[in-house]
Amino acid sequence: MGTVESVEITDTKQRYAAGVLKYAQMGYWDADYEPKDTDLLALFRVTPQEGVDPVEAAAAVAGESSTATWTVVWTDRLTACDMYRAKAYRVDPVPNQPGQYFCYVAYDLSLFEEGSIANLTASIIGNVFSFKPLKAARLEDMRLPVAYVKTFRGPPTGIVVERERLDKYGRPLLGATIKPKLGLSGRNYGRVVYEALRGGLDFTKDDENINSQPFMHWRDRFLYCMEGVYRASAASGEVKGHYLNITAGTMEEMYRRADFAHELGSIVIMVDLIVGWTAIQSISNWARDNDMILHMHRAGHGTYTRQKSHGVSFRVIAKWLRLAGVDHLHTGTAVGKLEGDPMTVQGYYNICRDTTTRVDLPRGIFFEQDWGALRKVMPVASGGIHAGQMHQLLDLFGDDVVLQFGGGTIGHPMGIQAGAQANRVALETMVLARNEGRDIRTEGPEILRNAARDCTPLRAALDTWGEISFNYTSTDTSDFVPTASVA
Amino acid sequence: MRLTQGTFSFLPDLTDEQIGKQIDYCLGQHWAVAIEHTDDPHPRNAFWDMHGAPMFDLNDAAGAMYELAACRAAFPQRYIRVTAFDSTLGVESIRIAFIVNRPEHEPGFRLVRQEAPGRTVRYSIESYAVAANPEGARYS
Repeated sequence: MGTVESVEITDTKQRYAAGVLKYAQMGYWDADYEPKDTDLLALFRVTPQEGVDPVEAAAAVAGESSTATWTVVWTDRLTACDMYRAKAYRVDPVPNQPGQYFCYVAYDLSLFEEGSIANLTASIIGNVFSFKPLKAARLEDMRLPVAYVKTFRGPPTGIVVERERLDKYGRPLLGATIKPKLGLSGRNYGRVVYEALRGGLDFTKDDENINSQPFMHWRDRFLYCMEGVYRASAASGEVKGHYLNITAGTMEEMYRRADFAHELGSIVIMVDLIVGWTAIQSISNWARDNDMILHMHRAGHGTYTRQKSHGVSFRVIAKWLRLAGVDHLHTGTAVGKLEGDPMTVQGYYNICRDTTTRVDLPRGIFFEQDWGALRKVMPVASGGIHAGQMHQLLDLFGDDVVLQFGGGTIGHPMGIQAGAQANRVALETMVLARNEGRDIRTEGPEILRNAARDCTPLRAALDTWGEISFNYTSTDTSDFVPTASVA
Repeated sequence: MRLTQGTFSFLPDLTDEQIGKQIDYCLGQHWAVAIEHTDDPHPRNAFWDMHGAPMFDLNDAAGAMYELAACRAAFPQRYIRVTAFDSTLGVESIRIAFIVNRPEHEPGFRLVRQEAPGRTVRYSIESYAVAANPEGARYS
């Protein structure tokens, strides 16, 4: 990888003569470049077209995501163009994936507007993913320098403050998404909220596509849900909440719905990822001003995160969302019905919760990331999980997570309250056992069966779902060469 | 009703042996154990009365169990909880809090609805015990 065509042309007459040059010749490839602490770093997985040199492909990615266009322009010479050029500085073949390469690209801090994910994404993923010389490209990971991180406000609440507001410590939080997703009237919907919270859950949740449809207008939903929340709170003496989905067609309408949630005394609102980065940052500011927990449902992410060869890894989306400022983020279950290799999913959890995220190739983390005291995002595990997996969930994800059992609560044979109670008893039992020093990974099923002797709803849950698992091969796993442990 | 605040309120009341094991766990994590009590269990009452300062330099659960016994003897009809504090950077908050004593009779809470314009309702939650008697004379 050191051909004539991959060497930067330094003679300015030759460099700026009208015509077309290779991206590497234009200065977007520098094998000797040492990234600065203030650079943004991006790792792309690229699949060049047949005959395209991987170094040229990397240089093209750097070029198209910074200053380059397809031909030489003399107007570059009116700028400090060397600084503005992103530099591809390393290309490695992807282990066990012929034809794919990991390309490392560095961007100077001055290329980006402060506090704007819209600007960041327009640069980094704006053009390159449609670039013809590449068959496919995927943004695998990013390192965001702390100087850049500090231009964002981050989560309005964060894990620590959320727990203090809820007065709930020492265990994962429990939630459920109201089902069926479509068709319940406001009154019927609020009934499910009440039953689930009354039975022992901390949160219930609107689904991603619950907005203001003919069967249930949003104000009706908000009013009945809050009746359910407060009734359950009075019956238990606990703080409880329902994620009121305020996603709407315009920002003005989202603010209107958020204000009404606030007026009714809700502690939490939610938006869908599909509202877009600017709307997310705006509603995050609103949440900060109104002491509101902001729940993010990652609706739509699978369209660009799932396939390993093309798109944007969810770990990058999680990093952007922590900067943009959400309090809850759906990050996968590993054991449930939706895509997720356990180690890769743990990587997303770490991005949400770490103070500093360390390089961790098995979990797909390529860069160390200092979060600059940005608050932590509470990960949410939701989708096809049930009480019988409690030991696995606690072992995989620890305490700082919301475990959401939708079907696993509402589908309980003895009713919704019983379903909620089964989940809460299973959870508290498992936390107690873990803290007592028991090995929940191996003893978990036995611990659950013992607890079920005194808890009929838990017994019914285990009888109904105990054997259900979703063992499919994940499409998104980390590609790395295992190295012998130093320790 | 049964007040279900705290980490383990859906389980049968913990025995002293079980409480001791949880405190051992907290000490193993280098958290500072504290004991707090109240006769105002409103969910927004963050500040229960402290039974002494957090035990920062405690090495043995027995010390905390001794304090718990003293607190129970003084306030047998109050809610008492064990909390553990973690001073790690980025946490600096409570890591676990569980009820270890509760009054024999728990009357619970009334949901107070103040009807507002439209169909809006302003909700508040009021403890029957707190409404009936002043501090110190509740739950006895």
